[in-house]
Amino acid sequence: MSDPYGSRGNNDRSITKSNEPLGGVSGDIAGTGPAADGGAAASAAGTAFLAGEGMTGGYGRGADILHGCTVAVDRGRIAVIVGPNGAGKSTAMKAVFGMLTLRAGRVVIDGEDITHLSPQDRVAKGMAFVPQTSNIFPSMSVEENLEMGAFLRRDDIRGTMAQVYDLFPILKEKRRQNAGELSGGQRQQVAVGRALMTQPKVLMLDEPTAGVSPIVMDELFDRIIEVARTGVTILMVEQNARQALEIADIGYVLVQGANAHTGTGAELLADPVVRRTFLGG
Amino acid sequence: MELLNALVALANYVVIPAVAYGSQLALGALGVTLVYGILRFSNFAHGDTMAFGTTIAIFFTWAFQGLGVTLGPLPTALLALPLGIAGCALFVLGTDKVIYRFYRRQRAAPVILVIVSMGVMFVMNGVVRFMIGVDDQNFADGARFVIDARSFRDATGLDEPLVLRLPTLITLVTAAIAVALLFWFLNRTRTGKSMRAFSDNEDLALLSGINPERVVMVTWIIVAALATTAGVLYGLEKSFKPFVYFQLLLPIFASAIVGGLGNPVGAVVGGFVIAFSEVGITYAWKKVLEYLAPTEALEPSGLVQLLSTDYKFAVSFAILILVLLFRPTGLFKGQSV
Repeated sequence: MSDPYGSRGNNDRSITKSNEPLGGVSGDIAGTGPAADGGAAASAAGTAFLAGEGMTGGYGRGADILHGCTVAVDRGRIAVIVGPNGAGKSTAMKAVFGMLTLRAGRVVIDGEDITHLSPQDRVAKGMAFVPQTSNIFPSMSVEENLEMGAFLRRDDIRGTMAQVYDLFPILKEKRRQNAGELSGGQRQQVAVGRALMTQPKVLMLDEPTAGVSPIVMDELFDRIIEVARTGVTILMVEQNARQALEIADIGYVLVQGANAHTGTGAELLADPVVRRTFLGG
Repeated sequence: MELLNALVALANYVVIPAVAYGSQLALGALGVTLVYGILRFSNFAHGDTMAFGTTIAIFFTWAFQGLGVTLGPLPTALLALPLGIAGCALFVLGTDKVIYRFYRRQRAAPVILVIVSMGVMFVMNGVVRFMIGVDDQNFADGARFVIDARSFRDATGLDEPLVLRLPTLITLVTAAIAVALLFWFLNRTRTGKSMRAFSDNEDLALLSGINPERVVMVTWIIVAALATTAGVLYGLEKSFKPFVYFQLLLPIFASAIVGGLGNPVGAVVGGFVIAFSEVGITYAWKKVLEYLAPTEALEPSGLVQLLSTDYKFAVSFAILILVLLFRPTGLFKGQSV
């Protein structure tokens, strides 16, 4: 008999529990930031709109996955985290969203330290997160999915919904259909649309193109650029490193939970070491 | 004429009782399915929750009768129903606060919650017996028949009588209203949609800012309302006995699982599937077949009763097993057990 709850939600640290860090975390972490290439990332984090600085930690009481990892992005820009399997890409993003315990480092949004906030409180601060899997309400219609995205809002959401429909016209067509009946690419559009309903300042996407066809992938990237143009800051984890770096304003290559290379998307694509080790020549 | 007589006999002995029983099961199964979908465990205490709510409603019915307050032809119990629901809601909310919340905080596995609900079941079992005793209680008053046998026979001239008792009619009407209200609530209101969202994808619901404790509270109140309504209707139409309510757990679970656990539409359909199977299999078809048989030689000599009514629970049980073997997600797509 299969366990129906085994796949429920992420298996990470529960987002329902309060976010109490194990060690004392303070603002003096910058000095202990990672060395080498990672150092450049740490210094760039100082003025960024959203920054996770020198993040160290892992899930629950397990071993550390992140080792002084830093990711930062300016307002309205696109940051992409790439790296080999098991490099801690998704973990780094979840750390920024407060889904795991940081033993060192801090997370800052618009100059405000939010290291101690729970994921829900971070949503109220203007962050929106699109998980890699289980990111829709499958037995609810597309429109209801969007309504649930705006659950915390008490004002008129029709304007935002119209914007989402403008961005993803196919969703308007299918708005009465259950989200679970849509194709993979359309589901991802629902997931992104749901996240946009809170009118976030920061949109975080965990592998938005996982399991969709190349054409759909290009389209999704185009839409993400459009979202960024409206002033939304984007932090994205991607497996399709080459395509993702093409649209990235800043890219982070992580290896074993630490920053290995940092630069603009174009710089990383041109870097022979990055090309050889991560982009397949 | 023969055909009409057969149809009337069928309606009188199979269709009407099964529809009434099915409505009661549907209301019960809706409660089970909501707990399963939102709180994520099979609530074994549901039969006793029905008994508890009904007990409260019976006490208020007696109080009203003592005060001389009645609804005329309608049973006084309908007046006491909202009070029974309120009492039951307070009790289950208290249970949640004292017991279930602890396990929810631990993120306990569903199987642990099932065992916890069995403990709650035993306690409620005892509480109900302390309050009202173990015996049959009859609390129905008001008019008894909408259509009685004599007037139907006089009006139609058919041999077969058709009886429609008032409690049966009230069961149908009340159940229809309750189901319509529930579906309106789940599909049209913000709170109802947030409950469905929570049932669909708990983590994403939390990310969307849905307050889990509020969802749980609303769920328990609705479950209490459904359970008490089902219990009072069953008691009005048949009679109230705590042990019988405990036994109802099997057909109720069978209904919820046949329809697809966690799926409200499935619970309603499942209730009627179980009710019609149970009544159909335990009914002696001799009379209907006699009317239908073209010649006397073809008329059945036996009762043509597939199963004695004493074994009616075997029907639910057999259906339950068949569904779990061949279609574990139920007729409508629910969660597999």
